[in-house]
Amino acid sequence: MTLLFNLMAQSLQMLLVLALAPLLIGFVRKLKARLLRRKGPPIIQPWLDLIRLLRKEVVLADNASWLYRWAPYLIFAMIWVAASLVPTFATGLTFSWSADLIAIIALLGSARFFLALAGMDIGTSFGGIGSSREAMFGSLAEPAMMMIVFTVSFVAGTTQLSEIAAYMVANMELRASVGMALVALLIVAIAENGRIPVDNPATHLELTMVHEAMILEYSGRYLALIELASALKLLLYLSLIACVFFPVGLATHDAGPRAMAIGLGAYVLKLAIGGGALALFETSTAKMRIFRVPDFLGAGLMLGLLATLLVFVTRSL
Amino acid sequence: MPLYLALTSVGALLAVSVYAIVDRRNHHVSRNVYRLCIGLCGVIFLAAVMPRGAHVVSTTLPLGLPWIGMHVRIDVLTAFFLAVVNLGGAAASAYAIGYGAHEKEPMRVLPFYPAFLAGMNLVVLADDTFTFLVAWEFMSLASWALVLTHHHEEENRRAGFVYLLMASFGGFALLMAFGVLGGVGGAYDFASIRESTRAGWTSGLVLALAIVGMGSKAGLAPLHIWLPLAHPAAPSHVSALMSGVMTKVAVYGFIRVVFDLLGPPAFWWSVEPMTFGAASALIGVLFATIQSDLKKLLAYSTIENIGVIFIALGLALAFKANGMALPAALAFTAALFHVFNHSLFKSLLFFGAGAVLNASGERSIERLGGLIRSMPKTAFLFLGGCVAIAALPPLNGFVSEWLVFQAILLSPALPQWTVKLLVPAVGVALALSAALGAGCYIRAYGVAFLGRPRSEAARRAHDPDRWSLGTMAGLLTLCLIAGLLPSLLIDTISPVAKDFVGGRMPTQAELSWLSIAPVAESRSSYNGLLVFVFILFSAYSARWVIHKFGSTRSRRAPAWDCGYIETSPMTQYTGSSFAQPIRRTLGVIAFSVRERLDMPAPGDTRAARLSVDIKDRIFDYLYAPLTRAVESCATGLNILSLLTIQEYLALVFAALVFLLVLVAI
Repeated sequence: MTLLFNLMAQSLQMLLVLALAPLLIGFVRKLKARLLRRKGPPIIQPWLDLIRLLRKEVVLADNASWLYRWAPYLIFAMIWVAASLVPTFATGLTFSWSADLIAIIALLGSARFFLALAGMDIGTSFGGIGSSREAMFGSLAEPAMMMIVFTVSFVAGTTQLSEIAAYMVANMELRASVGMALVALLIVAIAENGRIPVDNPATHLELTMVHEAMILEYSGRYLALIELASALKLLLYLSLIACVFFPVGLATHDAGPRAMAIGLGAYVLKLAIGGGALALFETSTAKMRIFRVPDFLGAGLMLGLLATLLVFVTRSL
Repeated sequence: MPLYLALTSVGALLAVSVYAIVDRRNHHVSRNVYRLCIGLCGVIFLAAVMPRGAHVVSTTLPLGLPWIGMHVRIDVLTAFFLAVVNLGGAAASAYAIGYGAHEKEPMRVLPFYPAFLAGMNLVVLADDTFTFLVAWEFMSLASWALVLTHHHEEENRRAGFVYLLMASFGGFALLMAFGVLGGVGGAYDFASIRESTRAGWTSGLVLALAIVGMGSKAGLAPLHIWLPLAHPAAPSHVSALMSGVMTKVAVYGFIRVVFDLLGPPAFWWSVEPMTFGAASALIGVLFATIQSDLKKLLAYSTIENIGVIFIALGLALAFKANGMALPAALAFTAALFHVFNHSLFKSLLFFGAGAVLNASGERSIERLGGLIRSMPKTAFLFLGGCVAIAALPPLNGFVSEWLVFQAILLSPALPQWTVKLLVPAVGVALALSAALGAGCYIRAYGVAFLGRPRSEAARRAHDPDRWSLGTMAGLLTLCLIAGLLPSLLIDTISPVAKDFVGGRMPTQAELSWLSIAPVAESRSSYNGLLVFVFILFSAYSARWVIHKFGSTRSRRAPAWDCGYIETSPMTQYTGSSFAQPIRRTLGVIAFSVRERLDMPAPGDTRAARLSVDIKDRIFDYLYAPLTRAVESCATGLNILSLLTIQEYLALVFAALVFLLVLVAI
């Protein structure tokens, strides 16, 4: 009975992140439009777009290889698995121990690997430019992320996300190192999701684009999968920030349906706050030049390193 | 029994060398030699993994120096490395059955190849200083001969020269290391070295000499300069052996000397391996990222991986010195796991590069492209190797990297400040090199295998023979197994860790669902199998939903590319343009890159030129002054060769008196 309940909670989480991810994108877009005094599309517009794309015929470039057709499924699957392993409304779900925080980051790395390869498959210069820049961002963002992982797991004494969340709930105190890790994580999250000021998710045909350049040749169901995957990635980062730094209201896996419902409500609220902050931030900044991005990410890396050193030097900060 | 089996097979390998010379007129000699090598490597592999009865088996053969004989021994560490060496050896031989058939001068490979294998096995088996050093030099010389296979090319001759120089330098350092280890009493066999005690500074000296000696063979920066020249110069199956296996023999030597012969460690021993390891990891991966020669790229990436292994070994030393058995076992296991992993995927990648080289005649990725269509099977297998070496889940490279990170996460408990502050820096280096490594392999695979073919040769390339493909597929399967079921390998390594760092990780097989947890499940755990199953399940369910409810139609059309039609495949992103962002952000520090743009004035019809000047700082600031110093010394001492006989006698007498005084003090 418990096992069944646990499995249900786990499947609920998988479907929940899938259902919420496009809505989060829609929410951010709506909010951005309202901030610019436009009416904006409805919040469910991303879902409608996805369904429309799924129904369309795929136009494949003449020389597209098997890798190009496999990649969307792999990318989607990897990010979906990663997103459903981050605690959203409850910790300690049945399979949460199958990958710790390092493995979740690495899964995102695998997805990036295949996305960058897919960008190079057709052999156009747009694809190459996107992949090359994605590889550069990745090689700075990933170490910064590792430093954040170091800090958080030194503080909590574990790399299991559920345990970290439990520790953070039990020891609510202000720590300089954790604060720095949070800022670093925000920087990494913005870069990894290709948001302003690193990349502009709304543009097309711009020489500075990164993510859009890689997926330029994709269409139909493949494009839908990749769009869904990138929505899931944004959701994953928000869940991660919420789970590690603001674990208020998180239920434990054996807490029963009532606590889980509270956790669910808290989670949706946290997503709304996170999405709102993102929309506000994006409307108030301009995109930076491509070669300013390494400085931006370098600041994230240095903050992460500083936080790690602080924890090494003294456990109390 | 296993020891005699192994020794007989090593002897038989030497006999195969002789056979290759004797039977050189036979058309099938190449095939026969490689088949015999597979068989003999297989036998030694079995000897390594078969139950040994006693924990340690050893014997003395009446060979070598008359009054001490030749000591050989198999313990857990030897057995592990024998297995790694011979797995790699068997794979290279199997690949070579197909690949070696294309060799234009087989007699420059066949006699040396079995000898090289025998030398590596003998280094691992040796249990006295003399045997170890002789086997070590034998291995160096055999591989040197193999590097010079294609000696007609100027570049390869230079590689051979640099290799010989570095190998003799390293051998010299080892000679002195063992001299100091043996002490004044002149102990030759490892058993009496193990029992003797020595002062702190002697241990430090031995450690430094061992780092220089073993590190120069393993490719530890800054002693790595020969490696990216020599490894690619050899035929590809030998490159695979040198990169995948010979560097591991050097790692074995380091472990044998530092963890075994040198006695209980002090905490500062860990500083050198960690510092040089971190430097190698970064230098290796940065240079790999800008290489356009596929085999050179792989060689530089070997330097990176050796760096990772030495980082883990350094951590193990630090933990061991502080009596922290479990973390020490974790770091040590991570190192050996990575040794095993790297021998698998680096061989796989070199085999792939060899297949590409054979099929297209090209080593430069700038003239390849689109191989995924002309060589689909090789492309698939090479992709697997790239995913594994880029440390991405669910393959095996990630598992060892993950274990190293877990060991780093246990390091705040170390009491010494030196190590405590060094470890986070090493952690950054490791994280950076892992991330850059992924970028490097995106570039290598993307430019060489994806896109449109940049040359006719790339368009016409085709998959290699069944032996080559089969070997690569076998290695990829092993990578997958090691990635999905790491608990098997960790439990295999545990006895080694128990003997050499005095602790062992919890038995992983007892955990549910085949997951691994280095310390405790509440601290960290990873389940490659489950993650893999989840990925497959999610991908298939997505496919099922789409095929059930969405459209499955697709149509081929010219690439869109924003409406712009690129006619020439040369307009694609090249390897150097792909590396440009990295070169620009990190290149200024790492390899003093200077880019010069010569832009003609408006109206001028001259073509614009962009020239990139990349310098190897280590070469400029370390080796160039060294070469100059040696040369000026040689010129200065030249007068000594023009003395009269009386002056020579006086010189010899003075030297004798000086030495006697030295001994008296």
